[in-house]
Amino acid sequence: MRSESRIYLGVGSFFIVVLLIYFFWSHESTGSVLLLASAGLGLLPGLYIGWWSRRMAPRPEDRDVVEPEDISGVIGQFPENTIFPFVIGAGVWFVALGFVYGVWLVMVGIGFVLGAAYGATMESKRASWSEPENAASVPRHH
Amino acid sequence: MTTVHEPELLLGVEEPTEQHERREPGGFYRWVTSVDHKVIGKNYMYTALVFFFIAGLLAELMRTQLFNPNGHVVSLQTYNALVTIHGSIMLYLFAGPIAFGGFANFLVPIMIGAPDMAFPRLNNLSYWLYLFGGSTMLFGFFTASGAAAFGWTGYTPLSTATYSPGPGPDLWIASVAMVGFSGIFTAVNLVTTIFYLRAPGMTMFRMPLFVWSMLITGILILIAFPVLTAALVMLYADRHFGAHFFTVSGGGVPVMWQNLFWFFGHPEVYILALPFFGMISELVPVFSRKPIFGYKGMVFATLAIAGLSTGVWAHHMFTTGTVLLPFFSALSLLIAVPTGIKVFTWIATMWGGQVKFNTSMLFAIGFIFAFVMGGISGVMLASPPIDFYTHDTYFVVAHFHQVLVGTTVFAMLAGLYYWYPKFTGRLLHEGWGKANFWTMFVGFWVTYMPQYLLGLRGMPRWVGQYSPSFTFLNRVSTVGAYILGLGALLLLVNLYVSWRYPIEAGDNPWDGHTLEWATSSPPPAHNFHSLPPIRSRRPVWDMNHPEYADAKVPVVAGGDESAQ
Repeated sequence: MRSESRIYLGVGSFFIVVLLIYFFWSHESTGSVLLLASAGLGLLPGLYIGWWSRRMAPRPEDRDVVEPEDISGVIGQFPENTIFPFVIGAGVWFVALGFVYGVWLVMVGIGFVLGAAYGATMESKRASWSEPENAASVPRHH
Repeated sequence: MTTVHEPELLLGVEEPTEQHERREPGGFYRWVTSVDHKVIGKNYMYTALVFFFIAGLLAELMRTQLFNPNGHVVSLQTYNALVTIHGSIMLYLFAGPIAFGGFANFLVPIMIGAPDMAFPRLNNLSYWLYLFGGSTMLFGFFTASGAAAFGWTGYTPLSTATYSPGPGPDLWIASVAMVGFSGIFTAVNLVTTIFYLRAPGMTMFRMPLFVWSMLITGILILIAFPVLTAALVMLYADRHFGAHFFTVSGGGVPVMWQNLFWFFGHPEVYILALPFFGMISELVPVFSRKPIFGYKGMVFATLAIAGLSTGVWAHHMFTTGTVLLPFFSALSLLIAVPTGIKVFTWIATMWGGQVKFNTSMLFAIGFIFAFVMGGISGVMLASPPIDFYTHDTYFVVAHFHQVLVGTTVFAMLAGLYYWYPKFTGRLLHEGWGKANFWTMFVGFWVTYMPQYLLGLRGMPRWVGQYSPSFTFLNRVSTVGAYILGLGALLLLVNLYVSWRYPIEAGDNPWDGHTLEWATSSPPPAHNFHSLPPIRSRRPVWDMNHPEYADAKVPVVAGGDESAQ
C-alpha cells in the first residue's frame, strides 16, 4: 500500500507547490481555488492509505516474491447479471432530458432511479453470489 | 528454488459452473444486463467507433463545404453546428471513452490478473450513462433551432441564452454532463481496481505501462471532470435560472468560463493521450522482441506529463490578456521534456531489436511521426509571441488535429490490431490492415500540412467561407480528408472480413509479455483459470522463455504451447 499512498501524496504535494507559486505570482482566484481543491484530492486519500499502510502487513500484491501458501483465499464477491444499472442510467437520462423538455420528465426519471435503487438493494440481499458458499467459488489470497 | 502451483492455489475461477447456478439470461437481455468488464469494454469500443464514424462524416461535410471559398453545401449556422458536434463527439464521445471505457475496461483487469473491475455494476452504469448521454448530443440536430453551435469549448458569452437560445445547447450541456459522470465513475473503478485487485506478486512497479497510464489517466479524470460538471451547472443556471456567473451585466466574469473549462480541458487532452501512449509502450517492446527501454523513466514521464498538464490551462487563453504569461508558457514548454523522454524511449526500444513491421507496428510508428509533428507545433504555440500571431487560425487547427489524430486514431488502431485477437479470438487481416494504414497515413499528411500554411497566411478558424486566395490549399486539404476517410472505411472492411472469414488467433499470437496473453482468447468468465507466477514485469515472457527470463527467481510452470 505504500506506493499507492505515495502516488496520491505526490499528487497533493505537487499541487501545493504549484498553488503557492501560482497564487503569489498571479493573485488570481479561480485557478488558485481549483489548484487547492486538487491538492486536497491528492492529500486526503494519500494520508488515509498511508495511515493504513503503516498498520498492516504488505499484501501479496505488494511483495516481490509470493509463496503459494500466501495466496489461497477469496478475492471477493462479484455480482451477476443485473438490469438495475440500465434502469438507473435511463432514469438519469430522463432527468437530464427533463431539464430541456419539461419537469414532468424529471419526475419520471426520479421514479426510475428510486425504483432501481430499491431493486438493486433487494437484489444484493438475495443474490446467490452473496451466499458464503458461492463467494468461495472465486478463490484467492488473504 | 522452484515454484510449483497446486491446483487449489490457482487463481481465478476453477469451476465456473458454480457461477451459473442462477438462471443465466440469454440474448439481448443478457447483453444489457452483463456486468462483465469484457462485455462492457467491447460495448464501449463499438459504440465509440460508431460515434467516430458519425463525427468523421461531419468532418467530411465540413471539408466539402470548404472545397470552394463560398461553398453552399450547408448554411453557415449549420456549419458552426457541424464544427461543434464534430469536436464534441470526437473529444467527449470517441477519444476518451474508447480508451478508458473500452480498451482499459477490457484490458486493465486482465493485465493485473484480476477477475473483473472492482465495481462491476457501476461499470455497467457508466456505459449506459455514456450511451444515453452521447446520443443526447445528436438530438440537437432534430430540434427546430439546430444543434449547439458554439464549439466544443462552449465559450461564454456565446453559449449564454442571449446568443445561443433554444434546446440544442441545453441538450449539449445535458449530454456532456452525463458523459462526464460516466467518465468519473470509470475513473473511480480503474483506480480502485489497480490499487486493490492486483494479483499476488504484481507490485506497482511490475504493472504493465498501459496499466500505469490508465491509473494516472484515472487520477487526471478525477481532477478534471468534476470541474467541467460544475462549470456546466453554472452555465445552465445562467441560461435558465437567472444566475450571473458568466454575464457581465450581473457582475459575472465571462473569462471565468475559460478558466474553468480549460482547467478541465487541458488535462482532458492528456486524458485522451496518455492511454494511447500506454498502448504504444506495450506493443513496441513485443514487436521489437525486447523489454521496454527505461521502464521507470516511462512511469515518471507519465506522472510528470499528468502533473504539468494541470498547470497549463491558461495557455489556451494567452490572447485574453488576463493570464500570467510566463507561468503558463514555462509549464507548457516543460511538458516537452517528459514527452520527449517517451518518444526517445520508444525509439530506443526499437533500436537493435528484431522489429516486426506488421500493421500494428506500422500504426505505432505512424503515431510517433504524427505525434512528434503535432508536438513540435505545440511547443511553438506555447510561446506567447507565436501564439498571438497564430491564435484562432488554421495553424492551431492543424496542430491539435495532428496530435489528436496521431494519438487517438493511429495509436488506437495500433492497439486495436494488437489486442483484437484477445478481444475476439480472431486476427485482423494483414493485407487489408496495411492498406488501412498507408491510406490513412497519406491522407493524414495531405489533410493537415496545408492547414499549417493556411494558418500562417492568416486563415481564421470557425469559418464556412473564406477569401479566394486560400482556395488551393483548402482543396488539397479536402482531398486529403477524403483519402483519410477512405482509409478509415478500410478498417470497417477489415472488421467485416475478419468476421466473415475468421483467422484463428490462438491465445498468444504475438508472443506477448503481459498477463492478458496468459489466458484464452477471448478470456473466460472472470478471466483466468490459472495465472503464471509474477516475478518480473514480463511474466508471460518468463513463462514461455525461461532461458531468457527477466525474473531473478527461476520460474517453472506449464508454459504456453501456442507461443512461438
